[in-house]
Amino acid sequence: MAEPMKIRATLQGDVADVRVLMAHPMETGQRKDAAGKLVPLHFIQSITAQLNGKTVFAADVSQAVSRNPVFAFKVKGAKAGDKLSITWQDNTGDKRTDEVVIRAGS
Amino acid sequence: MQLARRLIVQALGALVVLGPVRALAAWNKGAFEAKNIADAMKSLGVSNAQESKDIQIRAPEIAENGAVVPIDITSNVPGTTAISVFIEKNPFPYTGTFDFSQGAEPYVHLRVKIGESSPVRVVVAAGGKYYTTAKEVKVTIGGCGG
Repeated sequence: MAEPMKIRATLQGDVADVRVLMAHPMETGQRKDAAGKLVPLHFIQSITAQLNGKTVFAADVSQAVSRNPVFAFKVKGAKAGDKLSITWQDNTGDKRTDEVVIRAGS
Repeated sequence: MQLARRLIVQALGALVVLGPVRALAAWNKGAFEAKNIADAMKSLGVSNAQESKDIQIRAPEIAENGAVVPIDITSNVPGTTAISVFIEKNPFPYTGTFDFSQGAEPYVHLRVKIGESSPVRVVVAAGGKYYTTAKEVKVTIGGCGG
């Protein structure tokens, strides 16, 4: 099972500023290991974010996304206490979902 | 099991060749495996993309480390539903599509690998039409091999 994501979701007015860090090697299939063997493709393909169960942000990405991917996006109309869940799935079928509660801004 | 799954995934990928830019559909293998931007756009169903000044790409002019290049994209095109990113000179230019719905603003931050100096092209889908702009990023150390 993959490492948990780090998700930060903070309100700026009525817009939730979301930042997520996923732990993933994002192997391109072109890198060689110490023994000179190609490391197989292994990368996150799909990401979905749901606010209180409704999809607000969805992405399909390639291996060109950097290792340990970071994404940020903004959701208008969110409130403190709303639930934000993010799911990713990689090309081997591995998945991970994490949920946070949106926090009021400072 | 692993092999069977791969075959199923490939079969699914082969079926989903056409269709507009939509991340909610199955992962578009044809577009992601295209070796040039024209073929990738064709697989995604992008056509007649108009140059637009209403798309902002914030990326470094010169990226010292091509393995991690931060990019911020904001679309000011009214009715934007999706943003797609292409790194023209990468081995597989199509990098991804981001879909916005239910109040998500047409903005995304991501970090990408760029193999050599290349234009980063963004295509925005809004109201069934496509808008595009590009920004050149120079890379001193590539981020794909290694």
